[in-house]
Amino acid sequence: MNTEVSLRDEQSCSLIGKRQARVEDEALLRGLGRYADDLAVPPGTLHAAIVRSPHAHARLKRVAIEAALGLPGVRGVLTGEDVKRWASPFAVGVRQPMEHWCLAVDKVRYVGEPVAVVIAEDRYLAEDALDAVKVEYEILPALVDPEAAAGDRETLLHDAVGDNVVNDRHFRYGDPEAAFRTADRTLSLKVRYPRSSCTPIECYVVVGQYDAAEGGYDVMANFQGPFAIHSVMARALQVPGNRLRLRTPADSGGSFGIKQGVFPYVVTMALAARKVGAPVKWVEDRLEHLQGASSATNRVTTIDAAFDGEGQVSALCFDQLDDCGAYLRAPEPATTYRMHGNLTGAYAIPHLAVRNRIVMTNKTPSGLNRGFGGPQVYFALERLMQRIAIELDLDPLEVIRRNLVPADAFPYRCAAGALLDSGDYAHGIELGVEHGGLAELRARRDAACREGRLYGIGYCVAVEPSISNMGYITMAMTPEERRRAGPKNGAVSTATISVDPLGGVSVHVSSTPQGQGHRTVVAQVVAEVLGIAIEAIRVDVELDTGKDAWSIASGNYSSRFAGAVAGAVHKAALKVRTRLAAIAAAQWRVEQDDVRFAEGRVFTLDGAHSASFHRLAGATHWAPGTLPESEAGGLRETAFWTPAELTAPDDDERINSSLCYGFIFDYCGVEIDAVTGQVRIDRYVTLHDAGRMLNPQLVDGQVRGAFAQAVGAALYEEFRYGEDGSFASGTLADYLIPTSVEVPEPVILHMETPSPFTPLGAKGVGEGNNMSTPVCIANAVADALGEGVDPGAIELPLTPSKVRTLLGIDEPARPEGVGEEPADAAAGGGSKLTASDSVEIPASPRQVFDSILDPATLQAIIPGCHALELTGENTYRADVTVGVGMIRARFDARVELSELDPPHALRLSGAGSSGMGNADGAARIRLSEIEGGHTRLDYDYEVTIGGKIASVGGRMLSSASKMIIGQIFSRLSQRVSGGRVRQPLLQRLLGRFGKGGGKS
Amino acid sequence: MKPCAFDYYRPQTRREAIDRLIESGDDARLVAGGQSLMAVLNMRLAQPRILIDVGAIDELRYIERRDDHLAIGAATTQAELLEYAALADELPLVAQALPWVGHFQTRNRGTVGGSIAHADPSAELPLCLATLGGEVVLETRRGKSRRVAGADFFQGVLTTARRPDELITEVRFPLKREGHAYRFREVAMRHGDFAIVALAADIGESEVRLGVGGVADRPVVRTLSLEGDLDDALNHLAWSLGAQDDVHASAAYRRHLVRELGRRLIVEAPTFEQQAVEESADARARR
Repeated sequence: MNTEVSLRDEQSCSLIGKRQARVEDEALLRGLGRYADDLAVPPGTLHAAIVRSPHAHARLKRVAIEAALGLPGVRGVLTGEDVKRWASPFAVGVRQPMEHWCLAVDKVRYVGEPVAVVIAEDRYLAEDALDAVKVEYEILPALVDPEAAAGDRETLLHDAVGDNVVNDRHFRYGDPEAAFRTADRTLSLKVRYPRSSCTPIECYVVVGQYDAAEGGYDVMANFQGPFAIHSVMARALQVPGNRLRLRTPADSGGSFGIKQGVFPYVVTMALAARKVGAPVKWVEDRLEHLQGASSATNRVTTIDAAFDGEGQVSALCFDQLDDCGAYLRAPEPATTYRMHGNLTGAYAIPHLAVRNRIVMTNKTPSGLNRGFGGPQVYFALERLMQRIAIELDLDPLEVIRRNLVPADAFPYRCAAGALLDSGDYAHGIELGVEHGGLAELRARRDAACREGRLYGIGYCVAVEPSISNMGYITMAMTPEERRRAGPKNGAVSTATISVDPLGGVSVHVSSTPQGQGHRTVVAQVVAEVLGIAIEAIRVDVELDTGKDAWSIASGNYSSRFAGAVAGAVHKAALKVRTRLAAIAAAQWRVEQDDVRFAEGRVFTLDGAHSASFHRLAGATHWAPGTLPESEAGGLRETAFWTPAELTAPDDDERINSSLCYGFIFDYCGVEIDAVTGQVRIDRYVTLHDAGRMLNPQLVDGQVRGAFAQAVGAALYEEFRYGEDGSFASGTLADYLIPTSVEVPEPVILHMETPSPFTPLGAKGVGEGNNMSTPVCIANAVADALGEGVDPGAIELPLTPSKVRTLLGIDEPARPEGVGEEPADAAAGGGSKLTASDSVEIPASPRQVFDSILDPATLQAIIPGCHALELTGENTYRADVTVGVGMIRARFDARVELSELDPPHALRLSGAGSSGMGNADGAARIRLSEIEGGHTRLDYDYEVTIGGKIASVGGRMLSSASKMIIGQIFSRLSQRVSGGRVRQPLLQRLLGRFGKGGGKS
Repeated sequence: MKPCAFDYYRPQTRREAIDRLIESGDDARLVAGGQSLMAVLNMRLAQPRILIDVGAIDELRYIERRDDHLAIGAATTQAELLEYAALADELPLVAQALPWVGHFQTRNRGTVGGSIAHADPSAELPLCLATLGGEVVLETRRGKSRRVAGADFFQGVLTTARRPDELITEVRFPLKREGHAYRFREVAMRHGDFAIVALAADIGESEVRLGVGGVADRPVVRTLSLEGDLDDALNHLAWSLGAQDDVHASAAYRRHLVRELGRRLIVEAPTFEQQAVEESADARARR
């Protein structure tokens, strides 16, 4: 089909391949975009707010909604009970007894997991009612570290599975054992890849409706595909596919993969609409998005290489442990297998062993994210290639060169099954070295190093897979399981072109663009084939599963647009042109091949015949009687296209996991500030071979965007969790996305080796730098830091604190009596706060001890205590307003005195929760007599803070806790020594008359 | 991410604002540029029943040079202060620090008084005020006012000496002293982020006042002798701040920066001319 027409020969002025400004931009820049939240909703639409778990792991004891239902404007609350009645758990990609419902039904497994949905007349009222939904939790130990979770048999995320590792697969290709046995050298490297995400400006938006008459659902959501998930949603809603109409808006505020993760909310809001009998709209806010939307998987990889003294690698061994979070959400564990066929990268490495394990932890479920699986693989592989060079004292670029797939080997079948479609990698490196100025960069490094500055160069080569094979996901199953399940493969794309009675051309593609400029490229392709102006074409990118042509591979992911969707558009356009050419040929009595299309006209080359495009096309509507017999009239063509090369995995577990494989060669120079550890990217060069470029301007835009996000992943962004699973990156001041100031302009270079497998020779290009850049920067930082640094300790993001710590902080001793000994806890992110302090009290230890045990004193010394009620021996329930500055919340708290050792020691503990979060802490108090019969009170405390406040207030929690706890003991001192706790005058007067008793 | 319901007032005079504040008691919060409070309201970390917006009080928007200090009306925006033509001459430290306060856009709304009132431990303006030994002017009923020294005003995380019935009306920064050099340096993850460590120095002939922000629960200022062992003094200061680990930086890293950047700030302080060139280039780069 790729040989149907050779466009460049036929038409002098080719639109395909031209730099063409985006047709989308004017409307967007003028504020005329129509984003999901802007679209009109049906009259009577209600608004949802979601009750989310503040705990990482807990059993759900009770969800009490009565109080919420009584609040103004509240129309209903959807709970796990409703969900169990009307829906099913989502289908899971591995054969394990693990259930994931759209709302928690038995346990909560990550901070932010939806527990209930409040539906009210507006979002404000819905949020007002969130705190009134009372949820009782029985807190369970949380698992955060993937390696610890994989080894844990006591704490289980999914009890029925019996293990936190829910999938464990081994693969071998060639003879890796022999290769390792006979190799001159071997090398092993263990690396960790953190959790991060690509964070769009627009968060999730869903409007759900229930059609009681048909028993179906109609949902508008900014879902980006893949539409295989439509089946997952329909099955969860227990309806046939044609009873779940899913519609997506025309404009997107960005996705980068993450809008795939809106799908559980499609189901939730469909059920919410059913619950209240009205349409329900939900707009995700930033805190919800950061803590609960989705994330790239974090991965622990141990990678081994067998190689010779020249750096030629004969075998690789990957041991990958992927942390998919609390649930294995469709299409996971796709992150692990997206790269499977091309695990050997741009290298001709014949022997390969792989072990892939999927582990569950108490974190947000992972999902699609630009680069999907690529950054993790290349971080291990390209760090290892640098290590091999260092080990052999070779230039890293030389080691890369010696292992590349040779130019004459394409299409090249990789060990694990990828069929690398086209390329000339060695030539790419030559171009990159020459046009990117590597020689100059090396000179700069040498000069900097001579001056004692820390400057390094890093390299990376990568193949960038695009147009994924829907069958790769089944690699998580054994060949036997796959046989039973039936084959899955391919990547069907669709496009529909219709010509209206006035000759207007409309194109529909099921590609749900998320800002890339699909409408521009589609118009370019159609304009070129039909010989009409780009402006005359309208491209419709909304998708309505009830009306449009679509298939499971529809949607926006795996960089499939240029290769697959534009290809289908081309095919549909050719169908239209072929029909019109036949009509013209019949009318003019000429050969069909002599009919040409250009500049809005249809004509013959000899100039004998000519008609306007709209007149000829209009005839299919106005005068079907004039058409040749083969013509049925009307003009609308739909093309489906799937590549033959995307076959199902074979019995030897080989999988061509993608159709196209672009080539990337990156290098960069970085300088590290020796004092602050800040990393400055001096120059970044990125060369791409993405096959034929359909619009180089858009290609550059894709490269820049991916590069910016990769700079974020390399230097700034990480979702941080405390040891108890509390989430610590809940605002954009905690989760740091680079801005234009932080992102340097990369040097972008291109070469074009057309793909033989796509209709237009194009390959994907949108994700490459997400894969190559993080490791390229890491390699440069490693080079700058030098040999003294443990290679496994180079972990992203390379923050100033981390980099400076790697250089070694030679800290002078703490002067006697100044500050505190540093806590042992690992740096940062921990939600457990510990500290100690002391106060001197002008009273005897006995007096102090007795005072603490006196309820009136206790109430007086707890800051903001409105009421204290005895609930058992030395156990109280307290109503307390706690906070610092303007930040305040009212806590329902339990206070307990225990481990009493009068008058020497006791323990004061407390736990409480509020809409702001929860706190649980204890102070060990020791009393000793000092001079003058006074008391020295020493205390050590430990506080754990969770929920919203831990997610958004991280940098102040420690100081705030210290201040609040300090207040308890300074008030105690004042009270016991007869000094008064400050009281308003009125209360003091009332107190004197016995009316304000105990209040303070 | 929607605030609780509140009553909103936008008085035109300070008198009116103070009356409203006294009448509302503990239920009220003052808002100026809203660059911190609005986020806190939206996250419902604060749920005041009354919001009193001082943004329309023109009598609180002024910059006045007086004998020995620059008096800045509390509702003056940070952008207005940055545009004050004589800033680099009169308050070189503030001129260096202001570009680090948030971003271009936030400085157009954020006010000088608001930043002082909020008392974020990482904030630059409180650090400058404390380092320079400035004052905060507070006013309450019947025009009664008092002045509090910057060093006493900041009492902890988001906590100040302002009483609930007081309005900050003015902030006073002492003018540049002859023969003194002023230097500011900050390390943040990205430009405009909360400081991991911010350092402000007022360097005299024989001693230096060094202020540290972003580490303790408030700006901490020490006077260090230039004749003694500076490294020792800086190490003492670094350890005294009670640095903590957080998601962005370790406590040891913060202490390291206090010692190393502190020393560079003091010892390698360039001339004013060099500074001016460097800073204006910096400011341009950041825009």
